[in-house]
Order: sequence, then C-alpha cells, then structure tokens
Amino acid sequence: MKKKNIANWGNYPVIESEERTFSYTEDIQQYITSKKSFIARGNGRCYGDASLADDTLSTLKYDKVLSFDTEKGFFECQSGLTLDKILDIIVPTGWFLPVTPGTKFITIGGAVASDVHGKNHHIDGCFSAHIIEMDIACDEGKIITCSPTENTELFWATCGGMGLTGVILRVKFDLKKIETSYIKQKQVKAKNLEEIIALFEECKHYTYSVAWIDCLKKGKGFGRSILILGEHATINDLPANKKNDPLKLPKKKQITFPFNLPSFVLNKMTVSIFNFLFYGKNFKREINNVVSYEPFFYPLDAILHWNRGYGKKGFVQYQFVLPLESKQGLVEILKKISDKGLGSFLAVLKVFGNQDDLISFPMKGFTLALDIPVRKGLFEFLDELDQLVLSYGGRLYMSKDARMKPEVLKAGYKRLPEFLSIIKKYNPNGKFSSIQAERLQLVKK
Amino acid sequence: MNNSVLILGAASDIGIAIAEKYASKGYHLLLAARNITRLTALQSDLQIRYKISCSLLEFDAAAFSMHEKFWQSISNKPGIVISVIGYMKENDQVVASQNETLATIHSNFTGLVSLLNIIAADFAARKEGTIAGISSVAGMRGRQSNYIYGSAKAGFTAYLSGLRNKMYQYNVHVMTVLPGFVYTKMTEELNLPKLLTAQPKDVANAVFNGIQKRKNIIFVKWFWRWIMLIITSIPESIFKKKKL
Ligand SMILES: Cc1cc2nc3c(=O)[nH]c(=O)nc-3n(C[C@H](O)[C@H](O)[C@H](O)COP(=O)(O)OP(=O)(O)OC[C@H]3O[C@@H](n4cnc5c(N)ncnc54)[C@H](O)[C@@H]3O)c2cc1C
Ligand SMILES: NC(=O)c1ccc[n+]([C@@H]2O[C@H](COP(=O)([O-])OP(=O)(O)OC[C@H]3O[C@@H](n4cnc5c(N)ncnc54)[C@H](OP(=O)(O)O)[C@@H]3O)[C@@H](O)[C@H]2O)c1
Repeated sequence: MKKKNIANWGNYPVIESEERTFSYTEDIQQYITSKKSFIARGNGRCYGDASLADDTLSTLKYDKVLSFDTEKGFFECQSGLTLDKILDIIVPTGWFLPVTPGTKFITIGGAVASDVHGKNHHIDGCFSAHIIEMDIACDEGKIITCSPTENTELFWATCGGMGLTGVILRVKFDLKKIETSYIKQKQVKAKNLEEIIALFEECKHYTYSVAWIDCLKKGKGFGRSILILGEHATINDLPANKKNDPLKLPKKKQITFPFNLPSFVLNKMTVSIFNFLFYGKNFKREINNVVSYEPFFYPLDAILHWNRGYGKKGFVQYQFVLPLESKQGLVEILKKISDKGLGSFLAVLKVFGNQDDLISFPMKGFTLALDIPVRKGLFEFLDELDQLVLSYGGRLYMSKDARMKPEVLKAGYKRLPEFLSIIKKYNPNGKFSSIQAERLQLVKK
Repeated sequence: MNNSVLILGAASDIGIAIAEKYASKGYHLLLAARNITRLTALQSDLQIRYKISCSLLEFDAAAFSMHEKFWQSISNKPGIVISVIGYMKENDQVVASQNETLATIHSNFTGLVSLLNIIAADFAARKEGTIAGISSVAGMRGRQSNYIYGSAKAGFTAYLSGLRNKMYQYNVHVMTVLPGFVYTKMTEELNLPKLLTAQPKDVANAVFNGIQKRKNIIFVKWFWRWIMLIITSIPESIFKKKKL
C-alpha cells in the first residue's frame, strides 16, 4: 500500500501514513469496517499529532454545502469544507462565522473536533455553542445524529473529542448576522502585564479581543502588549467609498513561504513587526480604524506555509489556560519563559469567558499561546511548565499538543473519566485513534 | 440549445471538478451517473454556491437499450456534452473474467459510442454543439499492464477522431482529452510521479479552455505529448520485450 510522510502545522512530528479520501457518505462505512484503526484528518492545521496515525482518512474531498438558509442564518455542510470557502458563500449575503480560529484554513470537522475558540470566546463561547445538529459515523460505520438535545453524550464527547468518537460527517450550525464585511478595530498599547489584564477587564464588552504579548521583556515593561479589539462595522461606520459595496469579499492575495528557513528568521520578522507597532511614530496609545475581516481575523493567512519559517525540525505551539484567579500563575509562567529566553518572542494572550464542557479546552481565565521551535532540552522544559500550569489549576489545549504526558491531561481535565467511558461506548475497539490518543492513553487498541 | 452542459460520469473526481468549473462560469448542469442519490450533495453545493440549476440523471453506459430514451428524456438539450466515464481494474483480474473484460470495453468504448452516436446525430441536425470525451494516453500504445482498458480507450480515441472528421461539416465540435496521470480515486493506490500527475481541477481547466478555443486534442500537461511521442516511436521488436 502507498504510504507518504505527513505532519500537521508544526511540522512535528512527521510520520508515514496511508492516507485515503472519500467523497460520498455511502463510502464511509466500507472504509470504517475495512480498517483496524485510523483517524480522521481535516486540513492538518492542528499543530501536533492529533490527526496523525498509520492510517488516516482525509475529509478534504467530502466538502459539499448541503443547505444555507439565508433568512435564519443556518448553514449545513459536510465536514471537509474549509472556513475560507464558507466565508466566500456567507459573507456576501450578510452572515459570518459564529466563531473562528486565527486561520480560515481549517475544516468544519476540525472546528468541531477541537471545539475551536476565537477572539469572541468571552461573548459567544466555542464553536460547539453554535451547532444545531451533526452526524457522526461511529464504530461499524453506523451513522448517528446528535445535538445538544439528542444523543447528548455523543454530542459532548465529539465537541473537543479530537476525532475519537468517530468520523464527523454532516454539521449544521448557526451564523452571525453582519451588516458589512468590515471590522471596526481598536488597538491599545499596554505598558506591562498589570495594564493589559486591567484592559481586558475594562474592554470585556467588546465582541472580539486578543492581545499580542512580548514574552522576553523583563523589568518594568514585563508583559508589555498590544490589545486588539473589534466589532463588526455597521454601514454607518464605513467610509463613503466603501458604503456602496458593504459586504465585499476581500481580494485573494497570498504569497507562499518558499522553503524551510532557520527559525530565527521568522522570529526576527515577528519581532520587527511588533516593535514597529509598539514604537512606531504613528502609533499613539490607541489606534482606531476600519479594516476588512481578513487582516483582523487571519493576519497570518496571507502568507501561505509560514510554518516553514520555523525550519525543518518543526515547532510546537504551547497553549494553556489558567483560571482567572491564578493571575500569579501567569506572571510566574511568563517569567519562566522570559528567563529561559525561549525562541518565541511573541505570544497571544486572551481572556476566556465561562465554559465548562466535557472535554473542550476553554474555561474562564487566561489563555496564552506561543510558538517554540523544536530543539534539545525543550520538552524537558515544557514538562516543568506543565507542572506550573497544573499547580495553578490550568490545562493544555490538545489541538496544539505534540508532547504532553498522559498524567498532565488527566490532572487538567477533571471530567476525563466521563469522556473515556463515552469513548468506550462509541469506539469500543479503538477503531478511531491517533498517535496522540495513544500517547495520552485515551483509547486502547 | 442552451447554456447548459451534460456531464456523463459526474460522480468521478474529474467529473466533479468539471461540474464545478462550468458552474463557476454560470452554466446550468445536467449531471449523469449510475447512482444519482450519491450526487444530491454535489447538486445542492453547486446550486448554493453558484446559483445555477442542476439536475441529476441516471445513466449506465452498459445499458445500451436505455440510451435512446436517456437522450429523449432531456427536454432542454445541452449545448455541451462531456463524457468522463471510464472503468479501470487491475489487468490480470480483467483478463481472467469475461464479465470484467466486457465491462471494461463497454464502459470505456462501446457504451459511449452507442450514446454519442445518438447525440451527434441530434447536434448535426441542429448544426451546433460540442462533444468532449475523456480518453487516455493508455490508448496510444498497448502495454501488458493494462491492455484491455488501453485497447478500449484506443477504440474511443479513434472513434472521437472519426467523429470529429465527420462532424466538421455540421459545425459540431469534437474534442479528445488525453490526461496523463491524475490524482483521483481511480489512482489513489498507485504511486504516481508527482511531476507528471495533474489534479482533477487542472483537467477541468484544460477541458473548459479547450472547448472555449475549439481545440481538437488536448493533453492536460503539455509534456505528455512528448512522452507519448517517444513511447509510440519505440520499435515493436524492442517494446514487446519491455515490462511496461
Ligand atoms: C495559524 C493558526 C491559528 C490557529 N488559531 C486557533 C484559534 O484561535 N483557536 C483555536 O481553537 N484553534 C486555533 N488553531 C488550531 C485549529 O483551529 C485546530 O487545530 C483545528 O482543529 C484544525 O482543523 P483541521 O481541519 O486542520 O483539522 P486537523 O488538524 O486535520 O485535525 C484536528 C483534529 O480534528 C479531528 N478531525 C478533523 N476532521 C474530523 C472529522 N471529520 N471527524 C472527526 N474528527 C475530525 C482530527 O482527528 C484531529 O483530532 C489555529 C491553527 C493555526 C495553524
Ligand atoms: N486518473 C487518471 O490518472 C486518469 C488518467 C487518464 C484518463 N483518465 C480518465 O478520466 C476519466 C475519469 O477518471 P477518474 O480517474 O476520475 O476515475 P473514476 O473515479 O474511476 O471515474 C470513472 C467514472 O466513470 C463512471 N463509470 C464507469 N463505468 C460506467 C458505466 N458503465 N456507466 C456509467 N458510468 C460509468 C464511474 O461511475 P460510478 O461513480 O457509477 O462508478 C465514475 O464516475 C476516466 O475516463 C478515466 O479513464 C483518468
């Protein structure tokens, strides 16, 4: 059989896999029954090993739009459809995704399986909060419909369940009404960590909020950041020249990152962008402007394959969340990172709103995400960070993970035993399993 | 005649890509396949994304007696007909089974001739229309690894060239498509050379542009023309000893 090397966004790890595709619902059962074990794979935008296995089933050809109610704002599609294609359809009709991660190149299946969050988590929750119903092909290929009111345990084990309940097939979800395709953006500088935390609190009524934080700065400027806030612009917010086509799609401009560069190159790039913003002459404490949704939500998507900028060895993204009362933990972890002088200069900081689902990552508190190139000693260091995160009652995001130990997952996710018992019911033979699931001891093969 | 396209074998990866290309250009679609319930998702997708109309028709190339009825049943005749139908199984398996041998020949050749004769007569009477057939470079020289499929495609290629010659006087355009390797379900298990292999959407673009420009024979990736020139010029005395 044909094998090829595959890796997800962090280019770590790289494994050999037999990857198959399917285009029709009618073909899924045959595949499921013919394989001993495999994992569903979307667009490979999770960073680590969640969608890697010896056998993988790509959903990318299973990508059809099934219905779109432009009155009510309901959208129904097959799981392999990517967000960029959905935006092309819905935006011109005055609708937007209810929740979107920082890249539009993920599939709906991936959005469900990771239960993704966006800059509006504190207002709108995760993707799962917007699902009306979905179909999952479970063990033996049996297709089960589930929703927050039907087959609820399957529903909640699938949202954030990393593909371990089965193959997500059809998803119906609701959209957000917009008047224009533009975002009214505000960027505010914060001199240090205290200030940025206070700003988040002060600005919590904004629909979208996220901050870029400098992880290396020590002393007085420790935790200096730029807070980025946004609201969907109304027609009145638009300058006159944009008013006649308020729902215009942004032009498709993309440059491709040509080859694997040593990791310092990308770092230099982000550092200089940050410094430019932070110290730039024109940059007052606060900037207000109206921008297209594209640069606001997906600033990095304009550079295809920017992950190559981290070099051949790849990188990991470390993302954790700490309860709101553990501010001290955030300080300590950031200190540890800046003392280590870890490659990653910039990190993304956000305050999550309430959430307490079965296996989804978010909980009320601070989440920090940073990219770190793979190198000697890194994993030992991250193990130490894990302990800090746990000691403050936090946990890590499985969708970004490539290395955490099973004990760390267990200690962070209090409802893990419940999740595991549901997995056992719908995936009794370990049919759906990734190398991450094996590492984290989530399924027995 | 109208702004619509009939795609035979629309459920294939290449068929889907061609359907999407034409839909994106505002054409209305008639999608034909053996099992049309599978195509309802594609149908809704194209209608929602491109706001065109799309209907589904059942068609089996091997069901000869149905062909006349199939064409008659279409009330609004399409201006363009594209056949994507093809059938390729492992050669030894095919040779060992008369059923498989006949399925290969009917699906790639005789079944298509049977239907296209009917359509061509109609187009000739109207003095307009386009017929495009996806054949294969495999039909340009028989090889031990797939000579049943290859010979059926050779027959289809020869049919299309004759039909083109005949239809010229009636202003009917006939185009032969010779894709090299394409990444599809048909070839998923094969290790294809990346450089020589096209994506279904490359084929769709080539077909669309070829029909716009009224091309006769198109290769999807240009170098296939030269590869086949070399392959067809190897003397038979040498060729027969090769393991190809
Ligand atoms: C630049 C960048 C920014 C990001 N920003 C954010 C962010 O802001 N918030 C956030 O939450 N995430 C973010 N992510 C992570 C990303 O959104 C998730 O990892 C997402 O799940 C990737 O989806 P995918 O389609 O690429 O799936 P993959 O990466 O291929 O798979 C991810 C998981 O989903 C499972 N899966 C995929 N499809 C199916 C299916 N049909 N059925 C069952 N299981 C399936 C896989 O098994 C795997 O466990 C970001 C990633 C990148 C690269
Ligand atoms: N892939 C390549 O490398 C390659 C190279 C050269 C040429 N081609 C040609 O390109 C075309 C499309 O191929 P593909 O790769 O996309 O393969 P495919 O997925 O196997 O598609 C073949 C299509 O033909 C249909 N078909 C087969 N027998 C039929 C019959 N008796 N009646 C009606 N429909 C029938 C199939 O319909 P069902 O869905 O009902 O099975 C299927 O949709 C074929 O003509 C093939 O020969 C492909």
